[in-house]
Amino acid sequence: MVGVRFKEVEKRDQAVITTGHSTPHLTPPYTPPITTTMPGFDFSNHNRNLALHSRGVPLPKATSTGTTIVGCLYDGGVVIAADTRATSGPIVADKNCEKLHYISPQIWCAGAGTAADTEFTTALISSNLELHALSTGRKPRVVTVMTMLKQHLFRYQGHIGAYLVVAGCDPTGAHLFTVHAHGSTDKLPYVTMGSGSLAAMSVFETQWKNSMTRDEAVALCAQAIQAGIFNDLGSGSNVDVCVITKEKTELLRNYITPNVREQKMRNYKFAKGTTAVLDQKVITKEEISKYVTVQDIGDGETGVGEKMEVDS
Amino acid sequence: MVGKDCVAIACDLRLGLQALTVSNNFPKIFSYGSQVHLGLTGLATDVSSVSELFRYKVNMYRLREERDISPQTFANLVSSSLYERRFGPWFVSPVVAGINQTDGKPFICGFDSIGCIDFAKDFIVSGTASDQLFGTCEGLWEPNLGPEDLFETISQALLNAVDRDALSGWGAHVYIIEKDKVTKRLLKGRQD
Amino acid sequence: MASLFQQSMPSTGPGYSFASAPTHHSSSGPRQHAFYPYTDNGGSTLGISGATFTILAGDTRSTSGYNINSRYAPKLFRIGGDGPENEGARIVLSVVGFAADGNALKERLDTMVKMYRYQHGKEISVHACAQRLSHILYGKRFFPYYVTAILGGLDDEGKGALYSYDPVGSYEREQCRAAGAASSLIMPFLDNQVNLKNQYDPASGEGLEKVMRVPEPLPQETVEQLVRDAFTSAVERHIEVGDGLQMMIITKEGVQETFTPLKKD
Repeated sequence: MVGVRFKEVEKRDQAVITTGHSTPHLTPPYTPPITTTMPGFDFSNHNRNLALHSRGVPLPKATSTGTTIVGCLYDGGVVIAADTRATSGPIVADKNCEKLHYISPQIWCAGAGTAADTEFTTALISSNLELHALSTGRKPRVVTVMTMLKQHLFRYQGHIGAYLVVAGCDPTGAHLFTVHAHGSTDKLPYVTMGSGSLAAMSVFETQWKNSMTRDEAVALCAQAIQAGIFNDLGSGSNVDVCVITKEKTELLRNYITPNVREQKMRNYKFAKGTTAVLDQKVITKEEISKYVTVQDIGDGETGVGEKMEVDS
Repeated sequence: MVGKDCVAIACDLRLGLQALTVSNNFPKIFSYGSQVHLGLTGLATDVSSVSELFRYKVNMYRLREERDISPQTFANLVSSSLYERRFGPWFVSPVVAGINQTDGKPFICGFDSIGCIDFAKDFIVSGTASDQLFGTCEGLWEPNLGPEDLFETISQALLNAVDRDALSGWGAHVYIIEKDKVTKRLLKGRQD
Repeated sequence: MASLFQQSMPSTGPGYSFASAPTHHSSSGPRQHAFYPYTDNGGSTLGISGATFTILAGDTRSTSGYNINSRYAPKLFRIGGDGPENEGARIVLSVVGFAADGNALKERLDTMVKMYRYQHGKEISVHACAQRLSHILYGKRFFPYYVTAILGGLDDEGKGALYSYDPVGSYEREQCRAAGAASSLIMPFLDNQVNLKNQYDPASGEGLEKVMRVPEPLPQETVEQLVRDAFTSAVERHIEVGDGLQMMIITKEGVQETFTPLKKD
């Protein structure tokens, strides 16, 4: 296998932001200076927040993906699927969020738990994995991802609340793992996680069979997610599916949309002038140009700066 | 809130210490460049700190890149800056609204206090009256509102929501952002 | 029985396998055990009164934690009337909160209203029934019925009457009221659309000169549409609201009940 190089890393459609970090500082009293340029987490508000909390300031609620995520191996590949609801307490914060995260072109990850943690942990590992793949000149492996994730999560002793299903295809075949926030992992032919994991697992336990086809596996995963959507209050809205084979990866965003809101009965447009306005100020482009230089770039010709734009 | 070729962002003006109102003129919306606006709710000291922090970061970006920051780039900057303090967060939940000058498309998003981005096509709410705002926005919002209609809808959604929250109110600011124009209005609201 | 067991309520986040492992919460000292007599079964109710009618509505989902107990557990009950179906009743009670207490309260009030007819030989008026309900609730001041009640009917003049309660019997006659899990979402919407709060007459001057719009009793069809829109909005954003919408419309002809489906996720 030496010298075998993969063709090209697929271009990602999204910019991935990573928090580079090297030495973790687990002891809270450590307070780096505010102007630090050191990578990694910044604990400088930790003591202040403890003091605030003890004086009755409520801790802010983090968005959690009280979620249903599943994964299933089949002959020739692996499927992962997720619902699209993000909650904050009993309130739906996001009706159509993305819980399937990119790691590498052929490795994807479904995340449950604290939304920010799943987002940034997968982005961090994705970044490190790309460097790893560049330095070894080989296609990245799913076990490598799983190991990097568990080492990262174990180091933070469960404080990073990411519960993940890792799936992908590499030169050694199709693989499926789960990683818990404390760093433990499982390797199974079908897995579920999140608050809807029991509902989803009931579908797998009754309908899963050995050596399924692609379409059977997709249908089974989608059904397991729907069991979570309808029977678990923490899960809802749509089904996202990702199918990974040796050849390619297919992301089926909003594969099933069983919860489209119906047309409202009434029209709630207000007549102009319904709201009482006391004062008004209009800031136009001409006015802005008093303070900064505004350069109008003609149609078709994009400026040098625009070419640098990384996000859509 | 998103409209047709425009976005709106609004805030109330109250600053309070639990039930005690300290100030009735504390705007929570900050602009970075001509089009990008950031709304901040939460602990007032952090609202000030975070708004100043991003003023610094956006100015550094502008010096380095010699261009205004796009709302999308700014959203990612906010997200990673908040997550850097994962274990000692700023007590704020920000909202970003703006129009991307490259493609002219409206953009809004919201964050939790540790930087998880909520991209929405319709509206984002945050603060002590967030439950009430979810109710009014979900009831009143509809797609493709023009700038004038969007102003009425966002104003009514905000005013009625804060009137049912003891910790919000005392008037409001509303920004209607169009491609080459920003209109800022001061609303009449209950002063109790 | 559900209340006897520790369970993950939405506010505490989802219960993952490690959440129950001993953490810093289990500090030293004697372990305290307690019996919690109440649970919250979620859901929401809402009532609007008009010139000649009152509409009460409630979703039919019953929850505990992240689980759905039932997709059809009615929160609206006819009070008085005849037979097991309470035929001919003119008063409707809606209860939201702890379902078991809600049912007990409904049974108590229903019995009282029926006893009133046997003893006095006439139907109870809504305002008398409303005061009776307040007394029932206050009677359990120190072990309350864990419910928010709304009582609807027609008053002596045939106008819509709506009374809303807190769990210990403080009550008030109102135009409209939302109660339960999604009350904070629905109530400001109703303020705006029913009582026209924060709405000014567009034709009347500018700024401080503007004149507030005056609320008028809404036609029945409009109110039905508002109720439905209020609930479809609440279903979108509150996880404990959904499955079905039960509506009871009280007019001088009697009580008309309708059921329409809501989203089930």
